[in-house]
Amino acid sequence: MVHNKISSPSFLEEVEAESGEKVRICYQCGKCSAGCPVGYAMDLLPNQVMRLVQLGLKDEVLSCATIWLCASCETCATRCPREIEIVKVMDVLRRRSSAEGYPSAVREVPIFVNSFIGNLKRFGRLYEAAFVGTYNILSGHLTKDFDKVPAMLSKHKLSLLPPRIKGISRIREIIKRVEEIEKK
Amino acid sequence: MARIGVFVCWCGSNIASTVDVKAVAKAAASFPGVAHATDYKYMCSDPGQNLIRETIESEHLTGLVVAACSPRMHEPTFRRLALETGMNPYLVEMANIREHCSWVHEDKGEATAKAIETVRMLVEKVKRNSPLEEIRVPVTKKALVIGGGVAGIQAGLDIVTAGIPVIMVERSPSIGGHMAQLDETFPTLDCSQCILTPKMVELSQHRLVTLHTFSEIDEVSGFVGNFKVKIRKKARTVDHDKCTGCGICMEKCPAKVSSEFDRGLSDRKAIYVPFPQAIPNKPVIDRSSCIWFTKGRCGVCKKLCPAEAIDFEEKDVIVEEQVGAIVVATGYDLIDRGLYGEYGHGKIKDVIDGLQFERMLSASGPTGGKIVRPSDGATPKTVVFVQCVGSRDDSKGIPYCSRICCMYTAKHAMLYKHRVKDGKAYIFYIDVRAGGKGYEEFVKRAVDEDRVVYLRGRVSRIFEKNGTVFVKGSDTLSGQQVEIRADLVVLATAVTSSHGSRELAQRLRIGFDQYGFFTEAHPKLRPVETTTPGIYLAGACQAPKDIPDTVSQASAAASKVIGLLSSDELIREPLVARVDEKVCIACFMCESTCPYGAIEHVTWKDPETRKEKEVARVNPGICEGCGACLPVCRPKALDLMGFSDEQIYGEINALSDLVKVIHDE
Repeated sequence: MVHNKISSPSFLEEVEAESGEKVRICYQCGKCSAGCPVGYAMDLLPNQVMRLVQLGLKDEVLSCATIWLCASCETCATRCPREIEIVKVMDVLRRRSSAEGYPSAVREVPIFVNSFIGNLKRFGRLYEAAFVGTYNILSGHLTKDFDKVPAMLSKHKLSLLPPRIKGISRIREIIKRVEEIEKK
Repeated sequence: MARIGVFVCWCGSNIASTVDVKAVAKAAASFPGVAHATDYKYMCSDPGQNLIRETIESEHLTGLVVAACSPRMHEPTFRRLALETGMNPYLVEMANIREHCSWVHEDKGEATAKAIETVRMLVEKVKRNSPLEEIRVPVTKKALVIGGGVAGIQAGLDIVTAGIPVIMVERSPSIGGHMAQLDETFPTLDCSQCILTPKMVELSQHRLVTLHTFSEIDEVSGFVGNFKVKIRKKARTVDHDKCTGCGICMEKCPAKVSSEFDRGLSDRKAIYVPFPQAIPNKPVIDRSSCIWFTKGRCGVCKKLCPAEAIDFEEKDVIVEEQVGAIVVATGYDLIDRGLYGEYGHGKIKDVIDGLQFERMLSASGPTGGKIVRPSDGATPKTVVFVQCVGSRDDSKGIPYCSRICCMYTAKHAMLYKHRVKDGKAYIFYIDVRAGGKGYEEFVKRAVDEDRVVYLRGRVSRIFEKNGTVFVKGSDTLSGQQVEIRADLVVLATAVTSSHGSRELAQRLRIGFDQYGFFTEAHPKLRPVETTTPGIYLAGACQAPKDIPDTVSQASAAASKVIGLLSSDELIREPLVARVDEKVCIACFMCESTCPYGAIEHVTWKDPETRKEKEVARVNPGICEGCGACLPVCRPKALDLMGFSDEQIYGEINALSDLVKVIHDE
């Protein structure tokens, strides 16, 4: 497996340095995968992601869906017998994947992120109704979560009017600065 | 006038390729006090030794420096050679020019210079050596065995076979240990009770064995060959001389508590015998649960006992024994039930540990050998076994492998399938470690013949939902999450050191690791000895171990004891500390520093002034020659034989020219 694929010899070290976690000490017991609540939807289980990082199989791991599906719930890290903060590793992998231009293995993730940031830029604080609308139209899941609208409205969890806040321009500045940092 | 002989060894090319041995010999010949210096290819060989022997005689040598390998390697060889020629062996010193020169340096010139200086130092030392005599200590031909499990029993039986009396101390009311709890043993599936109980009987009935059950070690003093041991015989509240073992008391006792022997799967009374085959088969009263002791009333047992054996007034008794050697065989415990919250151990009734399952399998156990769900008594149709519960888990503080679980889990699954033909057995594992004789075949048999399903992955969580137990795990080989509805879950919980092992180690002055397991003197070459002479280890108190390994180690420890106690006297190296009584001011700083308890208080009469005073004395039978007492001795009354101040300063002063050169540079 390792021989006929291009493995990046420094990938493990890079991920370890960036995450501050020792991925190499993972001994593949599988407890992370056993308890992962999103494991059913993943293409690779968490332990397999760790293994690919150990082997330096960068392309495989940075183009997998798992890193985008991970909910950062920390169940894996809480139970890991080697005390590896797997969530931090997942974070690094997501960053690397997007920075190096790997196409997202889950189509909805960039749509979600872009809708979210666009919404923030426009309103300065999340305007849920508009955000859900934009996401549903762009993703094609037109009626997604519509059934929950009446309940949320009645409990004042959802407002039909946009939020009004002062200093929207400063929020935009923050986002702009982050985007500039990311470009570097 | 000293006449020292210097013999420089080539060690083949080991030394000669990096050290100019001829130059070393030539330089040594010019040192003051050196009568003869030469080199030879292999000093330790027969011709080499003959060369030394002949030179001692022809040159009338008064001391030897052999410049060769480490003294750990060949010092005994050359000291023996000296003894044969009539020279005191402590007039021989080794200059280590192999490990300290040729093996660690590359530059031949520098290595040679260092070798010359090393020889120079040793020549100055040996000039100041005085002849020393071996220390002879009388030996008490009796052994103490602490712990009455299979390790202690085996060691005890082997020792008495050699005619040496054995005193066995066991903490619980019966000997037998964990092995008595087991049903069948891997990899042969022979009945544990059937092979253990005859040994228990044989030991307890042996004329050379004194058995102290329900007893603990209070204090250990003395040294190899002459240990003094205080044994606390805890109050049984039942006079075993009068008790006939009829059992009426146990039948009528109203106080019930959960049975330790059955690991909570059954109840026992406050007056109890742990199990039917117990030795001695007479009850003790557990005062923490007895109504008489907790509430001050009841006394049913006393009223009913036909032999009038119940004695509520009985107190602990301290028995003093003198022994020559000690075998520590205190076994192991399992991790606390609370350690694995995510597995529901101790909370979910149908989640049990391996020893509980073992009791269930046992024909003399609480279910009579029937496998049942503890919650409702039904026969479980799906049983999930989970390995590495605690073991190999850094986050729980147990990074080590418990070593026995892979095998007993395979056995459990196999025995379950034998008894519940239509049952399903799953085993979650990380690795299967089956590295013993017949072990791999045994595991294969479980898979191939008994259709046990092995799933490779650790379990994340075990939980109960509407009366059903769910096991959430994974199979990393197929890359799938696995969820099993289990009727019964058996956890292979990690082996830990026995409770109280650290305190016992401190009493015995033996080492223990961070997990409380006792440390052996050398992991490969001295696996059954401790660093304290005369104290040996057997079984799982040293590290997790299965029965075959435990029994092997127990026999090995016994043979060490028999070897030690086979002569009337012990011979020890005379490299011990000695007190100059005249100088000693009896401050006893040495006593508080000595890690071996070798310092004694004695009254000493000055031969000149005829005045008496209290002084410290080093017991040469105990002293290990570590030298810790020397720096704390304010009047400098202490010195270490073979490494006296005079010898050490002689060595350092030999380097004074060299030190000056370095300083000037």
